[in-house]
Amino acid sequence: MSYLEYNVQWTPTGWRKILYINWPLALLLTAVACVGFLMLYSVAGGSFSPWAEPQIVRFGIGMASMLVVAMVPLWFWRNVSGVAYLGSLALLVAVELFGHIGMGAQRWIDLGFFRLQPSELMKVALVMLLAAYYDWLPVKKVSHPLWVLVPVIIILVPTYLVLAQPDLGTAILLLAGGGAIMFFAGVHWAYFAAVIAAGVGLVTAVFKSRGTDWQLLKDYQFRRIDTFLDPSSDPLGAGYHITQSKIALGSGGWTGRGFMQGTQSRLNFLPEKHTDFIFTTLAEEFGFIGGISLLTLYALIIAFCIVSALTNASRYGSLLTLGIATTFFLFFAVNMSMVMGLAPVVGVPLPLVSYGGSAMMVLLAAFGLVQSAHVHRPRGRR
Amino acid sequence: MKRSPKDTAESVRRITRRGLILGGGMVGFMGLLGARMRYMQVDQADEFRLLAEENRVNIRLIPPARGEIFDRNGRIIAHNEQAYRIVMVREDADDVDETIRRLSRLVQLDPDELEKALAEMKRSAPFLPITLADRVSWEDISRVAINAPALPGITPEVGLSRNYPLHDDFAHVVGYVGPVSDYDLSKMEDPDQVLRIPRFQIGKVGLEAKMEDELRGKAGARRVEVNAAGRVMRELSRQEGVEGTNLQLTIDHMLQNYAQARMADESAAAVVMDVRNGDILAIASTPSFDPNLFVRGISVGDYKALTENKYRPLANKTVQGTYPPGSTFKMVVALAGLEAGVVNADKTYYCPGHLTVSGRRFHCWKGGGHGHVNIEKSLQQSCDVFYYELAMEVGIERITEMAQRLGIGIRHDLPMSAVAQGLTPTKAWKQEVRGESWLIGDTVNSAIGQGFVLASPLQLAVMTARIATGRDVKPRLIKSIDTVEQEIAEAASLGINENHLRLVRHGMYQVSNSQRGTAYSNRIEPKEFRMAGKTGTSQVRNITAAERARGVFRNDQLPWERRDHALFVDFAPYDNPRIAVSIVVEHGSGGSTAAAPIARDITLQALFGDDPPLDAYPRKDHGRIQTQQEKLREMRPPEDGRGRSRA
Repeated sequence: MSYLEYNVQWTPTGWRKILYINWPLALLLTAVACVGFLMLYSVAGGSFSPWAEPQIVRFGIGMASMLVVAMVPLWFWRNVSGVAYLGSLALLVAVELFGHIGMGAQRWIDLGFFRLQPSELMKVALVMLLAAYYDWLPVKKVSHPLWVLVPVIIILVPTYLVLAQPDLGTAILLLAGGGAIMFFAGVHWAYFAAVIAAGVGLVTAVFKSRGTDWQLLKDYQFRRIDTFLDPSSDPLGAGYHITQSKIALGSGGWTGRGFMQGTQSRLNFLPEKHTDFIFTTLAEEFGFIGGISLLTLYALIIAFCIVSALTNASRYGSLLTLGIATTFFLFFAVNMSMVMGLAPVVGVPLPLVSYGGSAMMVLLAAFGLVQSAHVHRPRGRR
Repeated sequence: MKRSPKDTAESVRRITRRGLILGGGMVGFMGLLGARMRYMQVDQADEFRLLAEENRVNIRLIPPARGEIFDRNGRIIAHNEQAYRIVMVREDADDVDETIRRLSRLVQLDPDELEKALAEMKRSAPFLPITLADRVSWEDISRVAINAPALPGITPEVGLSRNYPLHDDFAHVVGYVGPVSDYDLSKMEDPDQVLRIPRFQIGKVGLEAKMEDELRGKAGARRVEVNAAGRVMRELSRQEGVEGTNLQLTIDHMLQNYAQARMADESAAAVVMDVRNGDILAIASTPSFDPNLFVRGISVGDYKALTENKYRPLANKTVQGTYPPGSTFKMVVALAGLEAGVVNADKTYYCPGHLTVSGRRFHCWKGGGHGHVNIEKSLQQSCDVFYYELAMEVGIERITEMAQRLGIGIRHDLPMSAVAQGLTPTKAWKQEVRGESWLIGDTVNSAIGQGFVLASPLQLAVMTARIATGRDVKPRLIKSIDTVEQEIAEAASLGINENHLRLVRHGMYQVSNSQRGTAYSNRIEPKEFRMAGKTGTSQVRNITAAERARGVFRNDQLPWERRDHALFVDFAPYDNPRIAVSIVVEHGSGGSTAAAPIARDITLQALFGDDPPLDAYPRKDHGRIQTQQEKLREMRPPEDGRGRSRA
């Protein structure tokens, strides 16, 4: 890509934009969502209600909003980044004050027709604001401590609010997602190395503190960690979910037990089988082949996003794309690690597959931003 | 915004580099996930599949239907009845309290049972049915069914429960079943799985307990898939169990009913045997009780009434009860003497009314004495002194040997509870058990079936049957098992000289048929049905010298517990014996007055298979017998509507 080409910009306008949308990406998203419909149909015992049907409707609305977002010029999204961030922040505070208790945590605001999870919005808004920030910041200043402090604050404020709900899963996603954009933007290695070192140190300290006077976690929290490290120590209590989930997954074998034949999910041994643990149903019924296929679809989505980002000359566009791709990656990576017993159960859904109200729509809207970056990327004049 | 080209180029370079690094990291992590998936799903698949199988499959037992019990004519004695119960599923009932309140307006609910049910409901999973009322009538069930819409979560259910349609008549023979108790389980070495089914019934007493293994059958099994909460989702496979074996008894339920009813006011026992094959036609013990009470779980009050009754309704007197046989033992002594050659038909002893043996005076029942007595007369008039003399000559060992040959003092193999052995004493026995040496007085007492000798009514019936046939007749209670007739080998000869037997039989014949016989007033008139019998009156007390001085108390002046036992044994018809009967009336005072009439009535009933014509009775009894027959007819069980014959 030469300097000249970069300077001489051309972007499609009007309805022609439709042609420039990243259709393979849209197709992949649809494919993953279809896997979701199939599994929701299965866990409901071969029925579209209560999960598959609303999910299809939401997917339709989500795809429509993705297209709408994609049509809107990228500069508009860059300019509203701050507003989106502050708005989400305000909603997070509102949830803290007036939110409903769902699943033991304050997570959503009931708007009457729609239950809004501000933490979902925040995942996207944070990516938008950080991308805009680094788009604005000259590259030289990126690693300057003062200019590093600003994004750190931008990340930590919502992370803290989400953690207070408490929603550990989303907090981790925000932290890791924000960190990833700082990494993409070129912040110096040393900062990341320092943070990782500090993290390891903290974890060590926490474990060392167990049983001493200055114990950093409560006893039950330690027990939870124990259960994660060895689920068989408490197979009917806290370890139940993870043990049953592993049994379901493992018993799938190469080709699985067949569609709607999974005994673990059919017989309710699986917890949250339509939301966070839906992957286990897939793995049980379609086996290794099914699981690896879904993983491949996810990998292709990530790959298409990265290719789109790296071929995009717009700094905002590529950072945004990379950020959303990373958030998406974190979603399924954490979820799959969780059900495979590689990570503690933190309550992160499988993106586009798990049954979930706002999560899917927000995610598709976020892919709308990726599409917008793709459509409106600077091109040479024809 | 204007940027310097250098800045832009630097930015693009950095983003590209960092993007590739992190993208590579992501791909690496996804590879890790894929590897983990492969490890779990391919390498460890078998292990996890096993775990999943264990998770979901559960074995549920199907209780087998218990074998039914019939009488010799196919009348049902014990069967399985559909028992209706009302169950409630908590999760289906909107408002548990309200639903129960509505239910209690339709059906009488036992408050205790209800409280237990509610406590159970709190403990168990919400989808498990809890029994609110057991053994509910059909009317109640229909009322519940009609009002079903107002009673969410309430369902009538059907199960099998043991029922004894003949109530009291077979309580002692068949016994009863009840739910398995922890005590029952503790007694068993390797309890059958089926016993762990809640409310499973097993035999507790009598035939039900003795033939438990045959009657129970084998449990079937259902392999069911259960969900995480234990709820059954579907049946995977089903293996039908084996129904329990049906048993047909040798007992005739009409005769049994007659015997029970005839003795209803007494504390008595009667055994009727077919002398030809040992079939027990009736084995009655009064008073009786309704075994159905026990199946349901008897109330404290009812149970107390049964245990505190001085007539001991729970005891099966026919096989558990042992009594001094009194004069009914004289046939044993007579046969022992005849076989030993000590007496013959003509030898006489002189009876002055008493005999003094080593300083002790033994009385004959007839104070004035019988004069010169031969063996036939000794039986006919039941002379005691004759047997005192005879026994001393024969010796206790030979008497005991003869008693055992005739079935006394040995435990007969019948599937009933606590079959008693009775007692035929020997010198060695007394030395061992009592630590005393045998006295000649003991022999004298044994001669008239007193002292140590004890026999059960069953043994007396066997004795009579063996005397009647001269064969080693063995009693049996089970006629066929699952319609397979049990084979009976023809009884071997006892090896007793037929002339001696004939002599004893003729003595017995005279008891009932000669004017001077002790049971002449209770004879059978038609020649072809005449019976040969023997009365017995056994003391349960010692008559003290003071009492004798004052003049012996008449039995009816004594309290019931101290009166003599009344006994009677007989076989009939004399010419061609078919049945043998033994009767013991506890504290009935006199064998000829209390036991003989009952024995005669039962004998006739057995011979005719129904109420005999009045002509069979002596003329003077006709009026009394007619009234009695009418009264007892009312106590007959209703005709068996289902009367299926399995014979």
